[in-house]
Amino acid sequence: MTLSPANEALAAEIIGWFPRPRSALIPLLHLAQAQDGYLTDEAMRRVGELVGATPAEVKGTAGFYEMFRFEPVGTYLVNVCTNISCLLWGGEELLEHACESLDVEVGGTTDDGMFTVEEAECVAACTEAPCLQVNYRYRGRVSPADFDRLIEDLRAGRTSIAGHGVLAQVRQSIPADRLAGVVPPEQAREAPVWLARNEAGASG
Amino acid sequence: MGAPSATGGYLAPLPDRSAGAGYLQHAPGYVLNDGPKLITGRFVHEDSFTLERSVATGGYEGLRAALEMTPAAVHDEVRAATLLGRGGAGFPAGVKWGFLPPGKRPYYLVVNGDESEPGTYKDRLLMERDPHQLIEGCLIACYALGLQQCFLYVRGEMALAQERIAAALNDAYEAGYVGREICGSDFSVDIVMAWGAGAYIVGEETALIESLEGRRGMPRLKPPYFPAAVGLYGQPTIVNNVETLSNLPWLMVNGSEAYKGHGSESSPGTRMFAVSGHLRRPGVYEVEHGVTTFRELIYGDNFCRGIRDGNELKMFIPGGGSAPWFFEDHLDLPLEARPVGAAGSMLGSGAIVIMDDTTDAVRAAWRVVKFFARESCGKCTPCREGTTWLEQILRRILDGEGRPSDIDLLLDIGDNISPGPYPVAAHDGAEAVPFPPRQTTICPLGPSAVAPVVSTIRRFRHEYEAKITRRDPIPIEVVPVGAAR
Amino acid sequence: MDGAAVEARPGEMLIAACERSGTYIPRFCYHSRMSPVGMCRMCLVEVDTGRGFGLQPSCMVPVSEGMKVSTDSEASKKAQDGVLEFLLINHPLDCPVCDKGGECPLQDQTMAYGPGETRFVEEKRHFPKPIAISETVFLDRERCILCDRCTRFADEVAGDALIHFMGRGNHTEVNTFTDEPFASYFSGNTVQICPVGALTAAPYRFKARPWDLTETLSTAWVDSLGSRVAVQASRNRVLRVLGADADAVNWGWLSDKERFGFEALNSAERLSAPMLRDAVDGDNREFRQAGWGEALEAVAGALRATSPERVAVLGGARLTNEAQYMWAKLAKGVVGTDNVDAQLGDGLDPHLVLGLPRATIEDACRPGGTVLLVGPDPKEELPTLYLRLRHAIVNDGVKLVEVTPHATGLSHLAEHSLRPSPGTTARLVAELVDAATGSGPSGDDSEIEAAARSLREAGEGVVVVLGRMSLAEPADVGDAAARELSRLPSARFLPALRRGNLMGALEAGLAPGLVPGRMQLEDVGDGASLAESWPRLPDSLGLDATSVLRAAARGDIDVLVLLGSDPLNDFVDRDLAYRGLRGAACVVAVDLFVNDSASLAAGVVLAAAGPTECDGTFTNVEGRVSIMSRKVTPPGTARADWMIAADLCERLEPGSTSGLDSPQAIRAELAQISQAHAPITEDALTQNPMEGVLLAGTGATGEAGGWRRSGRPTMGRSPVGRTEPATGPAGREDPLEELPEDGFLLITTRTMYDDGMMLRHCPSSRGLAPAATARINPADTDRIDIDVSTAVRVVSDFGHIEATLATDSGVPAGSLRVDWLAPGAPANALIAAATDVTVVSVEAR
Repeated sequence: MTLSPANEALAAEIIGWFPRPRSALIPLLHLAQAQDGYLTDEAMRRVGELVGATPAEVKGTAGFYEMFRFEPVGTYLVNVCTNISCLLWGGEELLEHACESLDVEVGGTTDDGMFTVEEAECVAACTEAPCLQVNYRYRGRVSPADFDRLIEDLRAGRTSIAGHGVLAQVRQSIPADRLAGVVPPEQAREAPVWLARNEAGASG
Repeated sequence: MGAPSATGGYLAPLPDRSAGAGYLQHAPGYVLNDGPKLITGRFVHEDSFTLERSVATGGYEGLRAALEMTPAAVHDEVRAATLLGRGGAGFPAGVKWGFLPPGKRPYYLVVNGDESEPGTYKDRLLMERDPHQLIEGCLIACYALGLQQCFLYVRGEMALAQERIAAALNDAYEAGYVGREICGSDFSVDIVMAWGAGAYIVGEETALIESLEGRRGMPRLKPPYFPAAVGLYGQPTIVNNVETLSNLPWLMVNGSEAYKGHGSESSPGTRMFAVSGHLRRPGVYEVEHGVTTFRELIYGDNFCRGIRDGNELKMFIPGGGSAPWFFEDHLDLPLEARPVGAAGSMLGSGAIVIMDDTTDAVRAAWRVVKFFARESCGKCTPCREGTTWLEQILRRILDGEGRPSDIDLLLDIGDNISPGPYPVAAHDGAEAVPFPPRQTTICPLGPSAVAPVVSTIRRFRHEYEAKITRRDPIPIEVVPVGAAR
Repeated sequence: MDGAAVEARPGEMLIAACERSGTYIPRFCYHSRMSPVGMCRMCLVEVDTGRGFGLQPSCMVPVSEGMKVSTDSEASKKAQDGVLEFLLINHPLDCPVCDKGGECPLQDQTMAYGPGETRFVEEKRHFPKPIAISETVFLDRERCILCDRCTRFADEVAGDALIHFMGRGNHTEVNTFTDEPFASYFSGNTVQICPVGALTAAPYRFKARPWDLTETLSTAWVDSLGSRVAVQASRNRVLRVLGADADAVNWGWLSDKERFGFEALNSAERLSAPMLRDAVDGDNREFRQAGWGEALEAVAGALRATSPERVAVLGGARLTNEAQYMWAKLAKGVVGTDNVDAQLGDGLDPHLVLGLPRATIEDACRPGGTVLLVGPDPKEELPTLYLRLRHAIVNDGVKLVEVTPHATGLSHLAEHSLRPSPGTTARLVAELVDAATGSGPSGDDSEIEAAARSLREAGEGVVVVLGRMSLAEPADVGDAAARELSRLPSARFLPALRRGNLMGALEAGLAPGLVPGRMQLEDVGDGASLAESWPRLPDSLGLDATSVLRAAARGDIDVLVLLGSDPLNDFVDRDLAYRGLRGAACVVAVDLFVNDSASLAAGVVLAAAGPTECDGTFTNVEGRVSIMSRKVTPPGTARADWMIAADLCERLEPGSTSGLDSPQAIRAELAQISQAHAPITEDALTQNPMEGVLLAGTGATGEAGGWRRSGRPTMGRSPVGRTEPATGPAGREDPLEELPEDGFLLITTRTMYDDGMMLRHCPSSRGLAPAATARINPADTDRIDIDVSTAVRVVSDFGHIEATLATDSGVPAGSLRVDWLAPGAPANALIAAATDVTVVSVEAR
């Protein structure tokens, strides 16, 4: 679907923080993905309109970044790291176990639509190898047994991870009276006022 | 710690390792050891990321100290401290700041929080555990250079870091530390969090700028696109790493002299190192820069306490996935950029990966090459095609389908991505080739994929040969045109 | 460079400097008309700027003083060989079936320097074989080497970023958005600049091998900009048209209409012989093929049987300059009628066009300049001018102020866009000029004042791109606007003329009151050389197209020649065109096809040769004369237009064309009788065939124009002077105020693709004409009780057409816009030539 009214309002706010609307493209795509779990064509069209890009530019930009999906994925995206540090502690074996126990190929989604398993590159938790992320929340030093327990907990609803697409659950928001002011670069040619202190400091 | 809260970020508490003393439950991976703590001092507090804790423990004192000085004096102080960039290149931040061309305003500050070099994680901890320290660092830089807008670019996969930074920014705006007329002064700056979406190459500063402009994160050629000259929206832009900026509050409170009291003369202060792999106590350590050696870090009691199960060291990566590999002979090098570079590698992003003698060198090299092949942006032909080709050959060798010519082919492909002698550690009487590699590409990603290949072939050629099945090429009968059959 | 000293221009890229001095550095992504990206890495050479040699992409390194370059060192060669191998490993070996084979830079490089055998034993990258990314362009992603040329072109040059890189790294591909084709007017350029066979265009796919093609430099004929083209043919058939890189004109780019328009010339429906019929109604209305002698004698007989003032000629823009001159001579000098008009009530006053100080494209695009667009959308009507202007605005700081009836392809780049509602254009322009020259009220913060400020601040004078805007506004509105604009200090004009060689036609005197060389008929003296080569001159001033058709409708025209014109579809008033065609006693069509008008009324149809079938010259809107070349023979016995005229001259006045047996000979006579044409010598034409000859009196030569504000001519003995405005610009009330509750003011402008005769015969473009759409401002939806997207009937006092209702914020409130010639919905059915403003209403159907 296209953006909900609430997300339209958020999108307008986010665009206002950047000197050029196009800079809001990735944040807005995250917003769309949080809404639908993946990027729908309608949402990409709308985001393009908002930031002044053609749908092809939006999709071409989104497709550069692995987190953006053009097809639905499972509620929980399980990213198992197999990069060098995790490889050394059994990351590949963990990935193999994950696929076997969920009965999917790498990149596949379980029949119930709950889990998608992917091979991830280094997620910056190397000392906790092997590690994985579920919807970009970490789990370190995961044994096959740990993995199975984690899946059980998720199936049973014993954890509270938001569905795929949702990242930070706290959004930045800037009160209008606190915003210093965002303008396009061509309207910000003057040196800011506090730099005058340099002269004052030099002369005094 | 029961089930993680929606904002908890971790799915379960970490089990302690046997040698786990020093691990903090609330900061997984970080090891609190003995030694000066310039940037991780607040990590001991479970709520270190809150404004309350930050302010109660000296948060924003560095900003207040800076506001008492002229902007130029703040810049001088940073220059005097020889604060080296912590992103990988190790260029002095104060000098970098000085590259902004006068009169081409506006300038922008872009914070590189797109940490994704294999083996590296320290920026993530700094963002998760002490976002206010980072924000304060940004403010000090913006004050010194007269910047009115700062973008804090956080890696897409780091949901918790995004959450913590968003919350910290909201609190800091509310409390008057960020935004209009900061702390009642004439200093105003907006800090906006932007975030990535899964692309390693965006950690390269020009690619990061492309991404921040809402485009595919493909690097730009330097020159002309040195960010300090032509950066975000074509304007001069300072791109600083999270850790670099996180040093500024301590530096402003304690001064450059005190800062230089830590570490070595050419590399003052401390650095965070993520030491992973086959270790007894892997972890992220804040280490005095330039004085500690690899041996100390790997074997020292205050640090990683040696290789697991008493195994022998086979090889190690001294500076993230892009760095050529080191071996036993390099353990006594100090953790300092210059000597490591001269020895044929780089200290890079502060990521050290230890591999013991159970490790298959070809497989390890393949995995790192596979990473670069997957992460190549696709812009430059040698990287786009060459990294994948390297990966395909290595996988073929691992699958038992190798050919005798493959080793030379690997090296020649490497030479076409990174021409000339490739940086490599000294071995068999041959001298080291110093870092960095030359490149036929715009950015160093392609050449980085050559590092594990050249490093392992030089040292463990016999392992490659053992895997390569002796298969001669199938002879092709050439029939001359017109010849009778 | 390689040990020799080489001079370079400041800021010039190494690759270009080396090429100028004779060393070609191989490249795939670099293109001199686009910004460098340094992607393919093929152009790596060793460069030393003082710190030792290192490999650098020569397409991204500007030359600097003292720089040392080694293009053939071991390291350079190794790097280039390496890149070539990388490009080849995933490139399919389908050269034998690839259209690019034989003219493929990748193939050429590989043949010259490539390795003999592959070291790549892995599986190549696979994609489904060619996908259609638009109606005409096919993409084979396996062949693609990701050089970013097509995508850069789409984004940077055309402004239609509808194709883009998708995916990343080794999985990168060029593609469109889901179900959103690469529907760009300029898509064919991507095929031309593709360095491999990844992009192919439907009209040429599998048609020929490059080595079978022969090529000639010529000029595009579909619009008045005169883009330079290379026409390629094999076995007497044109198979491909490519853009030629003329610095002054089209920079190598073409619109798809210019590029693929040749398809019509190959149509089986082309006229291959003259045709006659005895009646246009009833049983005898079928045409029968005739010999040239019979057909021409029929025409000559009709001409002999009547008096000059009962003869009229409409059209002529399709013709070469030489043919236009011969037809002018036939009509005015032999028959003696001045009822000649190359425009169809849809253009500008020819006296203005010839008299205003003229600008070149280069003048309009000069960095930092200001362009005032008062006319139609360049993207639709003068597409390569659109590309040049777009480049100038985006890259060179040119400011655009537009006064257009609705949003144009450049509106989003314009500093100011003023939208006069129909009927108020001249008044708005007058206010703008008053404000800009300080002779009117100023200081307010209106849009007009803001736009005027831009004009005041224009340094070297404004370049006005001047054309007829909405065809639902009467011609004198545009003319009055033009007169107002001439008050701007040092303003120069680039006329946005409709249809091919219209400038040539006006220069040749194919307009009432004119004779060749910008001369007024009434001023031709007895001693003039014109008088010597022409048997006679018209006795009185003639009629323009509107008056000709009115006269014909009254029965006052006996012979009406349609010189490649189709009044039924092109004249502003369809009903009048119909009555005029039916009212003329004998209608003679000289054309490539039997068009709708000829089909309705012609008794004689003369088969003419097409633009690739005869030699001659073309004059573009700048006054730039360039050659048109014969590449193939015309079908059947079809003849060049000049031959047809010459034959008729001889029949009517033996000896009147003696010696005029070739285009060169005609040029020579024209240059002799017309000072304006004097610079067009054979030497001048061959000296710089790419740029052509810019006629004196036009902007680029510095001496601006044969027209002065004083009204004093500076050229010729008595060229065109200033004519006084017929009505004061402020004389008309605002029609919006008198608008009925459910009424709209009609706007109609041309689109690139329509139901025109030539496009109907282009297989690849035929389907591209947009369906009839009635566009209104979103705010106006409340005024009518009809839903958007429903089928409606647009009704005026004079007729109706059927269309689909749509909203468009680019249409001003109170107006309704329809395309000029949508299939099945000719907008001229709504318009009466006598009416100032056309009011329409919308009914559901």
